[in-house]
Amino acid sequence: MSILEGLRLAVNGLLSNRLRSALTMLGILIGVSAVILLVGVGNGATVAVQQQIQSLGSNLLTVFPSNARGAGGVQQGFGTGAGLTLDDAKAIANRQTSPDVVTAIPSAGGRAQLTYGNQNWNSSLTGTTQDFPSVRNYEVASGTFFSSGEVDAASKVAVIGPTVVTNLFGGADPIGQVMKINRQNFRVIGVFAPKGSSGGFNNQDDVVVVPITSAWSYLLGGRGKNVQQIYVEATSAQATTAANTEVTQVLLDRHHISDPTLADFQILSQQDVLNSASQTTGVLTLMLGAIAGISLVVGGIGIMNIMLVTVTERTREIGIRKAIGARRQDILLQFLIESMFLSGLGGALGILIGFGLARILPLVVSTLPTPVISTPSVFMAFGISVGIGLFFGLYPANRAARLRPIEALRYE
Amino acid sequence: MITLEGITKLYLTGEVEVAALKGVSLHIPEGEFIAIMGPSGSGKSTLMNVIGCLDQPSSGRYILDGYDVSALTDDQLAWIRNRKIGFVFQSYNLIPRASAVHNVEMPLIYAGDSQQRRERATAALESVGLLERAGHLPSELSGGQQQRVAIARALVTDPAILLADEPTGNLDSESSLEIMKLLRDLNQQGRTIVLITHEPDIAAFAQRVVRLRDGVIVSDERPAVVTEMAR
Repeated sequence: MSILEGLRLAVNGLLSNRLRSALTMLGILIGVSAVILLVGVGNGATVAVQQQIQSLGSNLLTVFPSNARGAGGVQQGFGTGAGLTLDDAKAIANRQTSPDVVTAIPSAGGRAQLTYGNQNWNSSLTGTTQDFPSVRNYEVASGTFFSSGEVDAASKVAVIGPTVVTNLFGGADPIGQVMKINRQNFRVIGVFAPKGSSGGFNNQDDVVVVPITSAWSYLLGGRGKNVQQIYVEATSAQATTAANTEVTQVLLDRHHISDPTLADFQILSQQDVLNSASQTTGVLTLMLGAIAGISLVVGGIGIMNIMLVTVTERTREIGIRKAIGARRQDILLQFLIESMFLSGLGGALGILIGFGLARILPLVVSTLPTPVISTPSVFMAFGISVGIGLFFGLYPANRAARLRPIEALRYE
Repeated sequence: MITLEGITKLYLTGEVEVAALKGVSLHIPEGEFIAIMGPSGSGKSTLMNVIGCLDQPSSGRYILDGYDVSALTDDQLAWIRNRKIGFVFQSYNLIPRASAVHNVEMPLIYAGDSQQRRERATAALESVGLLERAGHLPSELSGGQQQRVAIARALVTDPAILLADEPTGNLDSESSLEIMKLLRDLNQQGRTIVLITHEPDIAAFAQRVVRLRDGVIVSDERPAVVTEMAR
């Protein structure tokens, strides 16, 4: 018996019980569309998070001060180290000792209360140097960023993000206006272009950036000339590993630490953040897929159930077929094709519905990340649904194939 | 053509072994029209299952068209049933969802003959005079017509023997006569026919009548007188 013949028989058999076939298919259909949709949502979340992180700059390294370690590696608590200094940042930026580093900027800040006229706004304050826009992927949309001269002079100038413009200036042009940061007058000289990322991470558009020297002098009173982070821009995303090594060496030398395990700083690359975030969303995707997979298994059991009923119903037919010369494998094939056809068709329809839902759902639930459906996952879903038909059809089909012709013929 | 030597068949019903056939030896030459008769419980159905290769004997030898059937596997038996035996059952046993011509075609599908399948099925239907009903489902045919479709199905692979198990059991006397005349015509064209029946009127169409009782052959005769009905 050819496959084509089997397919004809299968379609014939399924059509003779339309409602039952449709309901059985529905089980697989729901399972497959759930897998497609939920895995799509998981992938969408991954892509969204990756984009957010990459907008911070994929060639970025962040150096944090960490615990000093005494002799024998005794942890002495966070922030007990010597800390980082402006000179550390300058040393890191030296192309001689660290050829893979474009530049490095110090950063110090905290929350700041901004007031302008009768408006006030709480934003994230960063004190840094003139290279901030290039290192942190910010673009100045209007006005200018502060210069190295203004950093050296500790000028009371500020560059603000679009969120601040909206909330503090009501959208009016803030360039040249004087606002108060923690009751100190600062002149706004520039506005950043929106970075467009919002959500779970800090809003990168809700920022106010001032020269680090001004921050030390006027805003971060009492905390000394403390550098909270040094942002290092590597020459490329691929060079971050090399840059990491160079920065480590420079800082170890400067801090007179010979054993790297006793370092009083930590370097976090954006790649690390990306990797760990991807890992997290990957687990999320897997979990969503697994939950949807359960419904697929339930659909498969539905197929098995119906196939068992079908085999019992057609016992006599099986007997007739065997009497006129059908071999075991002919009967096996007939029922396997039938169950695979059932699940395959259910799977194909499920893929279509999954696609449809992936389009519609984000319109209804706006917080949902746009589902990303990859082609391999579609083929896999189809393959798995056919596989489910094969797996769950095997037992009923085998039962049919093993029927003894005389007993099957006698069956009423 | 068919040789049975000391065929026995034991069934296990619960703890008790029941012998349905207790040593049946029979030779059926090619071209013969033989009727096997016996009351229910005589073992004639068991004998028919053995001859039809639907069941294996417990002991004894069965040679069909040169093949020692008692030593074959399930799949080989399926092949024998497909090529060497044409079945005609009391309850027709057509596949309800398939048209007449599809039913007739079915043995060819399992034979793997894709060539001229439809032509051969059509020819077989024509030989039983049902060509114009080829596209009908079994439920749209009368009992006699269904049985003729079943005969066409039995003939389509050109088997060595035609095995008819109470072929007229579900038919009225007019249709019965029609079917028996068809079988007799086929026999006159050289087809070997084994007929299982308990009706003497039906058995009268055969050239030879074998009677079974309690699993053994009690008589084997060639009636000289052909009854009125069969004439």
